[in-house]
Amino acid sequence: MTVGIAMNDKQDDDGVVLTEAQKRARRSRSIAIALALAALVILFYIMTLVKGPGVLVRPI
Amino acid sequence: MSLVSEGADFRGALVAAPAGLGLAEPSLADVRDYIALMKPRVMSLVVFTALVGLAIAPGSLHPMTGFTALLCIAVGAGAAGALNMGYDGDIDALMTRTARRPVPRGRIKRGEAIAFGMTLAAFSVATLGLLVNAFAAALLAFTIFFYAVVYTVWLKRSTPQNIVIGGAAGAFPPMIGWAAATGSLSLEPMLLFLIIFFWTPPHFWALALYRADDYARAGIPMLPVVAGDASARQQILRYTLILVPLGVAPWALGFAGPLYGLTAAGAGAIMVVLAWQVFCERRPAERASKRLFAFSILYLFLLFAVLLIERGWGGLLARLVV
Repeated sequence: MTVGIAMNDKQDDDGVVLTEAQKRARRSRSIAIALALAALVILFYIMTLVKGPGVLVRPI
Repeated sequence: MSLVSEGADFRGALVAAPAGLGLAEPSLADVRDYIALMKPRVMSLVVFTALVGLAIAPGSLHPMTGFTALLCIAVGAGAAGALNMGYDGDIDALMTRTARRPVPRGRIKRGEAIAFGMTLAAFSVATLGLLVNAFAAALLAFTIFFYAVVYTVWLKRSTPQNIVIGGAAGAFPPMIGWAAATGSLSLEPMLLFLIIFFWTPPHFWALALYRADDYARAGIPMLPVVAGDASARQQILRYTLILVPLGVAPWALGFAGPLYGLTAAGAGAIMVVLAWQVFCERRPAERASKRLFAFSILYLFLLFAVLLIERGWGGLLARLVV
């Protein structure tokens, strides 16, 4: 029983090892998320300038 | 000893866990898979019809506000597409037309697609509400809900009227565009809604006629599968006969000029001829339905493009100059 747990713990220490393809895919996803967030920040910044003091006025 | 093997089995089970649990192999999906999940071709039509709604609306709108509205509508359409593909992953795998989508190919798990769709939906609606107006945001939220829940979850697998009622989701974008520009609605955007609404059944049933085997294999009760070939052809003709006068209505009611009137009448006449050919054709011949399907896309594009040129282009230019 003890041996079994120890073996599993050793395997867990290694963690999930990604292949090169998985690393590339993860990197491309991370870059896309970063770009999307940056675009959102720029969009809100520009729209704040465009709306000026009326930025909080949102007609229904 | 038995615990050792149970531990190994459990670990094996983790690796081979069903996609929904999120414990399976790390994803290989890249950005292209996520773009495909957003149905870019559908998105382009949504953006185009929303642009027309926005451009023909009265009043002034800052170009940046207009751009933001279109961006949010595009992302909202992508959200609806991702939710649809996430939920329909099982039946998409059974149809030739959809088997290459990211979920049936195993590139993206169904749960990941739904999470991606929910995230896009939340961001697009919130951004439209914060930066443009709340009414347009509410319409966008309703449209996403209608497509993802009413159409995809409820209607698609349960009734041959699925694309008739569900077609409303695709008809909302011009109304959202108009609402983004004005904060309200009027007869003109509702007429554009009706044109797309009545365009949808002939368009999709023409496709379903020559993809009937695909839909039958996936168990989707499309009209040609459930009611039969002849009934579907009759319904296509009926809906086309309703669509064509609606297409001319913006000119008849004075919303559009003579160029639009001529285009709508000419293209409408071709639609009727093609629908009549579909009505007269019998399986296994599929040429007429393929022609109608292809021309129906051009028909809708022509109507909205001419409306944009006649009514919206001047307004858009004026706004850009201002």
